[in-house]
Amino acid sequence: MSSPFRARAVGMRLFPGEGRGPAVRPVPLGPGLRRGTTLLALLLALPACDREQRDMAGQPKAETKSFVTSGDPRSAEYENNAFHIAQGQKWYGWFNCSGCHFHGGGGMGPPLMDEQWIYGGRMEDIVASILYGRPNGMPDWHDKITEQQAWELAAYVKSLSAQPRQDALSARADEMSNSEPQTLQGRKKVVPENMAPPGSEDR
Amino acid sequence: MADRHGAHFLAAILAALLLSFAGFAAPLAAQQNGARPASSASPAEDGQWTMPSKDYASTRYSGLNQVDRANVGRLKLAFTFDTHNRKGHEAAPLVVGNMMYLTTPYPNHIWALDLAKGGRPVWVFRPHPQPASQGVACCDVVNRGAVYSNGRLFFTTLDGMVYAIDARSGRQIWGTKLGDISRGETITMSPLVAEGKVLVGNSGGEMGVRGWLVALDAGSGRIAWKAFSTGPDKDVLIGPRFKPWYASDRGTDLGVHTWPPEQWKIGGGTVWGWISYDPKLKMIYYGTGNPGPWNPQQRPGDNKWTTGVFARDIATGEARWFYQSSPHDLFDHDDINEQVLLDMPVNGRMTPVLVRPGRNGYMYVIDRRTGQVYSADAFGFINSMDGVDLATGRLRMVKDKEPKEGRVTRNICPTASGVKDWNPSAFSPRTGLLYVPHENLCMDEGVFEANYISGTPYVGAEVKMYAGPGGHRGVFTAWDPVRRKAVWEFNENLPLWSGALATGGDLVFYGTMDGWFKALDAVTGKQLWARKLDSGIISQPVTYRGPDGRQYVAVVTGVGGWMGAIVSAQLDPRDPTAALGAVNAMKDLPGLTQPGGKLYVFTLPR
Repeated sequence: MSSPFRARAVGMRLFPGEGRGPAVRPVPLGPGLRRGTTLLALLLALPACDREQRDMAGQPKAETKSFVTSGDPRSAEYENNAFHIAQGQKWYGWFNCSGCHFHGGGGMGPPLMDEQWIYGGRMEDIVASILYGRPNGMPDWHDKITEQQAWELAAYVKSLSAQPRQDALSARADEMSNSEPQTLQGRKKVVPENMAPPGSEDR
Repeated sequence: MADRHGAHFLAAILAALLLSFAGFAAPLAAQQNGARPASSASPAEDGQWTMPSKDYASTRYSGLNQVDRANVGRLKLAFTFDTHNRKGHEAAPLVVGNMMYLTTPYPNHIWALDLAKGGRPVWVFRPHPQPASQGVACCDVVNRGAVYSNGRLFFTTLDGMVYAIDARSGRQIWGTKLGDISRGETITMSPLVAEGKVLVGNSGGEMGVRGWLVALDAGSGRIAWKAFSTGPDKDVLIGPRFKPWYASDRGTDLGVHTWPPEQWKIGGGTVWGWISYDPKLKMIYYGTGNPGPWNPQQRPGDNKWTTGVFARDIATGEARWFYQSSPHDLFDHDDINEQVLLDMPVNGRMTPVLVRPGRNGYMYVIDRRTGQVYSADAFGFINSMDGVDLATGRLRMVKDKEPKEGRVTRNICPTASGVKDWNPSAFSPRTGLLYVPHENLCMDEGVFEANYISGTPYVGAEVKMYAGPGGHRGVFTAWDPVRRKAVWEFNENLPLWSGALATGGDLVFYGTMDGWFKALDAVTGKQLWARKLDSGIISQPVTYRGPDGRQYVAVVTGVGGWMGAIVSAQLDPRDPTAALGAVNAMKDLPGLTQPGGKLYVFTLPR
């Protein structure tokens, strides 16, 4: 826990009960050193803070009636957000997503960690796939989970292909035995399919 | 002296002649162990191949012997046929008269090819199964083939339909809906047709499905009887005629009481493998799949009647006996493998038995009248089990290898896919040996509580598979069921997922997942011929007499299935848990072969 990022992240956590490990106290430092470090940590923390940002207004959000549309403002809210990604990771196991897609490699369902998005790789596309299903086997979940859960799932699913910011990813692997936490994996940056020029795939 | 010498010389020549003649015409004396297929279930050779198992005894043996050990090296390609389907092809092609019938995986087409015209297609049957069925098929969208009987072809589709079609025209005669994909039920098996009944069971052991076997009337497609694998006795068709050999299988409603409350309703025991039939005893034999979920801590008890073999009366479906190979299964050891019906000496007396190379790695010899287990010997590497107690029939488990929540159990051998999975073995009456294509894999497993959500996976386990001792992932074993030991073994780099074929030319054929189609000497295990094909082989090779009187050997490529899904579904090798852990053992396969269903037919040059 020598990284100021790590210590800061723990300090900023809002609900310790939803945490991912024992609380970590900041390491005590000398007075001169401490002042400088605190300043440095604050400076560093400023741009990184949004990864933990959440709407805590306290009012549950209304569920939308119509289909998820392009340019939904929730995309920006959920993607790259550490809390929502971590929540999505939890739902991913609870709702048996891992039974078909495993930890991104696929099985009954297609892989989610590669660069191919059969039905589109934007947050809105992924949410639509989750809520309304797809004809070749993806079941619809709109009557089994909330929209918020769907957005959180989408945020996690998108993180499997290493597109979100690395500092928003969970340091905890949900899988029991078999692969390393996402933050420890050496993954290559994948350009979303709808942004990549044709023929630029690197595999 | 001269005369005597001459007489000796003549006798020696005569003896040599006799010996060499015996080598061709009679069973091979040196190998003879007294085992032979149940005669009523294995009719005389007619040069056809009308059901995947070849006959009701499930020998997968053809008496054709034009292609033999001496000339197999000259085998040449006669013709091919491309199915244009890139999923895993597990089905056996059928040959009836001058026609060949080829079944594909989803979307489950049947092609009729005219063998008198070089394999020209005559008709194709396209049933249009529901596309959503692909999302509830655990291990690729496979189909294990059609069956021919009395002018009709019977086959199943992934979305749970059974069809009867006119073999001449390809027109549908009837179609019956049996499976419900919204509950995770699919159908992948090849039916068995006997006594005017079409027997079909469901798949979906990884989806919290309740297993069953249904008998349809071959004429009308109406359900004659349905036997569940879990639940109360009346659902399982257990009545007064049910006489299991072992005490642990006796009692009322064990299909309810050996489960936590209500768990039997989503408890698995699917029927997706092979059925054999003894026309003399009028009994069918088949195995039931794994209990659900995989996590054993969610289902304390013996979980009857999963992971065992049933004997039933074909007319009524009444259960006659049951033997549970893996009570309270810990490792997904579906007991659905083939049962080869043999008559062979047991303790010095000819006995009607069924021999089954089990998923758990034991070669069971079971009395097919009573269900008594005569022997159960390991035919591969096992460290998670310690043999079978023949007095109680119970499998002995190794405590350290039991998957438990909150820990990862390492180095469990064999894997969930077993020492041997679905791919069937072949029995040659000439050598008395059973030829078993199988695996040599081990796994790490962690289990956790699974949530039941209808139509989604219900497993609760994470698995990572890898090669077993020796590093080779597959073995082709020639097993002597009488002497209870392997006679020879042929190691393969990749797991074997294709069936075996044995012929009267003392050859055994099988394919590898990287596309080698091979012929071995049935006596010695020496490789005599091999040909690299465009895609890996996970199907069932067959042989037949063509319209020109020559012997042909046919095999279908198209890699896939559980072990091959990494290629057919383009899974990502960076996730070792993908495809229930199979991907970790098969990371190299995408570099060794490519998807593609194609029929290859070989024969000797004129």
